[in-house]
Amino acid sequence: MTKIDKDIALVTGPPKDINNVQKIATLIGMSGLLILVLAAFNVNFPHKGIWLAIALASIAGGIILYSKGAYGNKQEGIKNDGVWFKSISNRGFWGWIAGIAMTGFYIVLYFFPALLGLNADGENTGIISLFDPLSRMLSGNAASQWFVYGTMYTVAIIAFGIKFMWKYRHNKYERLRTFSVMFFQTGFAFIIPELMTRLNSDKFSLPYYDLKNVWPLNYSNFEQYRVDDMISAGNVGLGLLIFGVASVLIITPIMTYKYGKRWYCSWVCGCGGLAETAGDPFRQLSDKSTWAWKMERWMVHSVVVFVVIMTTAVVSTYLGYDDQKYWLTRETFLIGVIAILTILIGLLFFFRRDELKKDAKIGAIGYFVIIVAMIGIHYSAGSRIFIFEAETLRSTYGFLIGSVFSGVIGTGFYPILGNRSWCRFGCPMAAIMGMQQRFFSKFRITTNGGQCISCGNCSTYCEMGIDVKAYAQKGQNIVRSSCVGCGVCSAVCPRGVLKLENGEDSGDSRYDSDPITFGNDGIKLNM
Amino acid sequence: MKHIAIIGNGISGVTAARHIRKLSDHKITLISAETEHFFSRTALMYVYMGHMKQEHVKPYEDHFWSKNRIDLKFGYVSKVDANNKKLVFDNQEELEFDDLIIACGSKPNKFGWKGQDLDGVQGLYSWQDLELMGKNSVNCERAVIVGGGLIGVEMAEMFLSRGIKVTFLVREKRFWGSVLPKEESELVSRHIISHHVDLRFETELEEIIPDENGRAKAIRTNDGEEIICQFVGLTAGVGPNVDFLNGGSVDLNRGVLVNEFLETNIPNVYSIGDCAEFHQHPTGRRNMEQVWYTGKMMGETVAQTICGTKTAYKPGIWFNSAKFFDIEYQTYGWVWAQPKENEAVLYWEHNDGKKCLKLIYDNNNGSFLAVNVFGIRLRHKVLDYWIKNETKIEEVLQNLEDANFEPQFYENSFPEIKKMFLLQLPKTV
Repeated sequence: MTKIDKDIALVTGPPKDINNVQKIATLIGMSGLLILVLAAFNVNFPHKGIWLAIALASIAGGIILYSKGAYGNKQEGIKNDGVWFKSISNRGFWGWIAGIAMTGFYIVLYFFPALLGLNADGENTGIISLFDPLSRMLSGNAASQWFVYGTMYTVAIIAFGIKFMWKYRHNKYERLRTFSVMFFQTGFAFIIPELMTRLNSDKFSLPYYDLKNVWPLNYSNFEQYRVDDMISAGNVGLGLLIFGVASVLIITPIMTYKYGKRWYCSWVCGCGGLAETAGDPFRQLSDKSTWAWKMERWMVHSVVVFVVIMTTAVVSTYLGYDDQKYWLTRETFLIGVIAILTILIGLLFFFRRDELKKDAKIGAIGYFVIIVAMIGIHYSAGSRIFIFEAETLRSTYGFLIGSVFSGVIGTGFYPILGNRSWCRFGCPMAAIMGMQQRFFSKFRITTNGGQCISCGNCSTYCEMGIDVKAYAQKGQNIVRSSCVGCGVCSAVCPRGVLKLENGEDSGDSRYDSDPITFGNDGIKLNM
Repeated sequence: MKHIAIIGNGISGVTAARHIRKLSDHKITLISAETEHFFSRTALMYVYMGHMKQEHVKPYEDHFWSKNRIDLKFGYVSKVDANNKKLVFDNQEELEFDDLIIACGSKPNKFGWKGQDLDGVQGLYSWQDLELMGKNSVNCERAVIVGGGLIGVEMAEMFLSRGIKVTFLVREKRFWGSVLPKEESELVSRHIISHHVDLRFETELEEIIPDENGRAKAIRTNDGEEIICQFVGLTAGVGPNVDFLNGGSVDLNRGVLVNEFLETNIPNVYSIGDCAEFHQHPTGRRNMEQVWYTGKMMGETVAQTICGTKTAYKPGIWFNSAKFFDIEYQTYGWVWAQPKENEAVLYWEHNDGKKCLKLIYDNNNGSFLAVNVFGIRLRHKVLDYWIKNETKIEEVLQNLEDANFEPQFYENSFPEIKKMFLLQLPKTV
């Protein structure tokens, strides 16, 4: 079988080389990148602000011009010609090169920022110093490696976002959604937090707060230094703290109930934003096997258990030894957490016991682990939970999940694992919203009667690795916890079978499937 | 427990196998000489265009078959010995069966054109055709496609994706004229031409001209024009792939003749899908229907009969769909190329000329009959309900938006369509 694939791809080769516009665009983009690389190798540019502007403008301009070359002369419609022939998008040579380069970048960024020119004690050098003028303009401070990263992240989402909108210009859902992630990245993740730090003084200090970055994705949101900052920053700070808690406990459940988790994952989230824009060329690389699905459920829910225990341990630790400072005591907090979890699990088991089936056992185990851990926290002395320090838990989580999983693997491996491997296998926020989406949400993807031809486009281009056609060919709605509602399955369907909906549905039809093709009137089943 | 052998692992045979397994513990052997595993034939074009690889066009993972105890046999049946209930393979191997389902599909039609068997001349139906097309595309500058139907359009799109120029010969006055009414046909033609296809109407293939190596180098049309090309695509429909049954005891016409229970003249031998030909179609439609959906329904039906519930094939309201380059097409009910005498037509077309909607209703009693739609997605269940229940056209128009299956935030043309149609509707209906 693989031989046959090879024949078709290799005998004839990719459809066409890139055209002249794309060649010029590549040149422009690469020269922008070259400036950054030279800066990273300590070439000391004069007029850093101007050179930075040139570099970023060339990169963005190159990407946008490349899109014009790719889509400008073509009619509106699906643009997947040659996706599996190009080595960058079929896990071939250039895919691996890109993956290794990006992974390398993330390792340096997270673990060796000094190589980028970060200097805590004096002037920055290298690439970070190139970003100093922009950082001073926004926040008044010198740049850090995170500022460099944030700027490039934002440029990537904007430029590749424009590319994506061009590619899907016939599809208003995709255009709006992409505009939304571009807006939230630029405004909420990048500019507002930088400007907020301008408000800081000796007496008044807000933590760096990307308002749309909700716990547990933002796993450090309730750490002591942040909470202290917020409490000490008067009404504004308190407002932020309340907002942070409300984001998890009120806003997220309401939005997810009405629209599914897509309101966050593919309209607001920064990780999702990068995946949907810069990561779009790699969406077909996600693994669709049932084996991968099984892995996904174990991994992502383990991360949820981990982050809940870790956060509870960290918070209860500082509530414990600084109990004068907070109105919440350690005991009340722990009881509160246990109560909330018990209510949530209770609701789930009460209302959705039929759909849960064997998942119920796994859910029960997860719940049990958390409760035992809570009791462990309660009875352990000081900052320990059983044998672990809360701080050890926090730093382990930060290293394994926060850095390695979400950054190095999640983004660095786009060209190998697809663009959503973090969202699918690691993100605890996605997992929690996913549970709600599966059981308490109006969102689902409906299929259109008997029209499916099992062609496989929907499954192939599902970045979350959902085998969409397995449902569509049975005429069954797709109600999957991992679906981020990107809408691409519906877009690539050649027969108009899939539709993302959040309107009313009659309870039963949500999950039921009809084993007989819709339109076959000869068979009446008594099932 | 019987042994059920199924010749052909396309949508019909596979559907039959799946449903037999749902309903019984019979031993099932699924035979194919095409590919080891079932793939979606309708997706062949996407493999050629690089949208997908073979693994993506398999509707079930490879472990599905053993898990469901469906034995796969890769081999070519050269003879059906119906009286002794056994199959003979081309390597003389034999396989005994209790029940046999013939679901061997189609092959491209060839109408005796001069040069139709030259190298570089082929149709597109099987996986082998696709492989061959890949090889024949090397160093191909222009392809000529003969026959204006669905496979022809797919082939044109496939070639253009690799930068190969296309001349498209259509015998009729307009595109797919035997099926599409004038407006729809013109809409599709405009779109095909806008993709820079050299589309020629009322032009027939006279002869394919070989080079010194026996390879097609040009064609001559019935106007005497010679067109230089390196590939000739024969897409003038498909016919049953039943040559291996010639001289056997199973009755054939063009296809395997069956009754409404999908039974052939031999007890315990059934035929479904593209290769089956009804003596008289149960709903009065054409006696052969080479469509994905009907193949699927026949598979479901024959499984009932084989598992003890004798069931007649009774497809409901006709539906079909296709995609012409970037424009999707759906149809529900039967829209004739020429409206029947009792039929009234409502037609709307978007300003951009890429979307249209046609409703057909009965002039005498106002019952809604059928719809053709291009560039807009409609909801199958709603249309099926309206047509089946002979809903009055006014009611259909009043509730037209219930049939909207367009993605969220799409331009909503339904109010405009409704307004226009209500004005057109005679007050007497």
